[in-house]
Amino acid sequence: MLETHQLSFHFAAGTPLLADISLRLAPGEWLGISGDSGSGKSTLGKLLSGQLTPSQGSVQVDGSPLPTRGLRPVQWLPQSPELAVNPRWRVGKILREAWTPPDTLMAAFGIEDEWLKRFPSALSGGELQRVCVLRALAPGVRYVVADEISTMLDPITQLSLWQALKAHTEHYQLGVIVISHDTALLNRLCHQQWHLAGGSLRISSTALKAP
Amino acid sequence: MLTIDRLTLQLPYYPRWWRREWATCIESLSLHLQPGEVHAVVGASGAGKSLLAYAIMGLLPQAARVAGELRFQGEDLTPARQRQLRGHQLALIPQSLNALDPLARSQHQVRWAAQRAGFGRSAAHQRADELLSRYQLSHASTHYPHELSGGMARRVLIAMAQVSNARLVIADEPSVGLDPKQRDRVLAALKAIALEGKAVMLITHDLRHALTIADRVSVIRQGQALETAPAQAFQGQGEQLMSCYARTLWQALPDNAFSTHPFHPTHQEPALA
Repeated sequence: MLETHQLSFHFAAGTPLLADISLRLAPGEWLGISGDSGSGKSTLGKLLSGQLTPSQGSVQVDGSPLPTRGLRPVQWLPQSPELAVNPRWRVGKILREAWTPPDTLMAAFGIEDEWLKRFPSALSGGELQRVCVLRALAPGVRYVVADEISTMLDPITQLSLWQALKAHTEHYQLGVIVISHDTALLNRLCHQQWHLAGGSLRISSTALKAP
Repeated sequence: MLTIDRLTLQLPYYPRWWRREWATCIESLSLHLQPGEVHAVVGASGAGKSLLAYAIMGLLPQAARVAGELRFQGEDLTPARQRQLRGHQLALIPQSLNALDPLARSQHQVRWAAQRAGFGRSAAHQRADELLSRYQLSHASTHYPHELSGGMARRVLIAMAQVSNARLVIADEPSVGLDPKQRDRVLAALKAIALEGKAVMLITHDLRHALTIADRVSVIRQGQALETAPAQAFQGQGEQLMSCYARTLWQALPDNAFSTHPFHPTHQEPALA
């Protein structure tokens, strides 16, 4: 269970960006977060994955706080994969940074062996995004925060990425937090949806429907 | 207004140090743009969409090999003519916000664009102010690019492209990275340009939102134009679309089937259900 209890965060003292955010996400569940630009969606994603430290409150996985070192149980997937990889490493080294994914998963995510010898600059955004998603699915990772990971992809690439992630998370009971503007996408993917406005979460649909 | 006839574009690459080979990026692509229409060019990344824009503007690297014909208002677009028309009759709204001068305030960016398009100093000022207010940027006219939001920076670029009253405006991925409100404003601004009787080429991978303003849509895959369909053809199951790829693209959208096997009888349910 990924839980936050009255989580607050501010960049400048006195003007909280996020206030009193409490949410719970069970393993295998998908949670969608929408909201305008600047509403703090990405900041919330970074807080949940331990990239930022909350000003108040805490993030807990199965009752214990996020570890500060080692593999993080909540992985953050940023919008631009180019910024999330070392440009001097070959794709093979990048992919195997935390674990060595089996060939079946490589095939499921459509990653070709030939890419592994290349540098990240020689892959397209969609190809590199898939590498980054698979890299984040190491054993020990329990939750994934997908921050607008498909906005720059065409519909078909987008779909294949989500299908692969859905199949994997169902099998291994990973929880996923999808941050996106695209409510149609969230409707398709998520069990529960939240709308972030004015620094707090509002439920838009929490009906636990099977997506 | 713009006719592209069997355009083929090859770029060199070097598999070994001294060996040059040619990668075909656009192959025998034909398109026709009419005044007053928004013509969307849709395809996956790497399909050659941006290169098409550069080919029209004459901004390709020198080494590129181009074959086929480009005609603008009935006359051939030669490199000399492209140089002459660029910024006057042809305008490009670039994909990257880095195209803005990081050290110039937005009013200066637009004024300079106006001066480059041949306006006198005071006329350029007037024209720039007029465009900034049209795009609701008056309050941001003294801001530097880093003080602008993505949508505002995009609108500054649109204002710069609009300043010369160009007959053809090419917008390369104008809505990427914008929230819905900003995106709708940018798309509305492009539609307004077309309604003035100009031609707008909207290059994007975001089929769904392109359809909200486009009159016709060309689907590009691996440098080839698979089909050009009226925007109304994108409805229902996509029965009116000719190419399988266009139908798949349509069906893959989250508001549609969200599946890549829409026509297979056993896949009545969406693949993710």
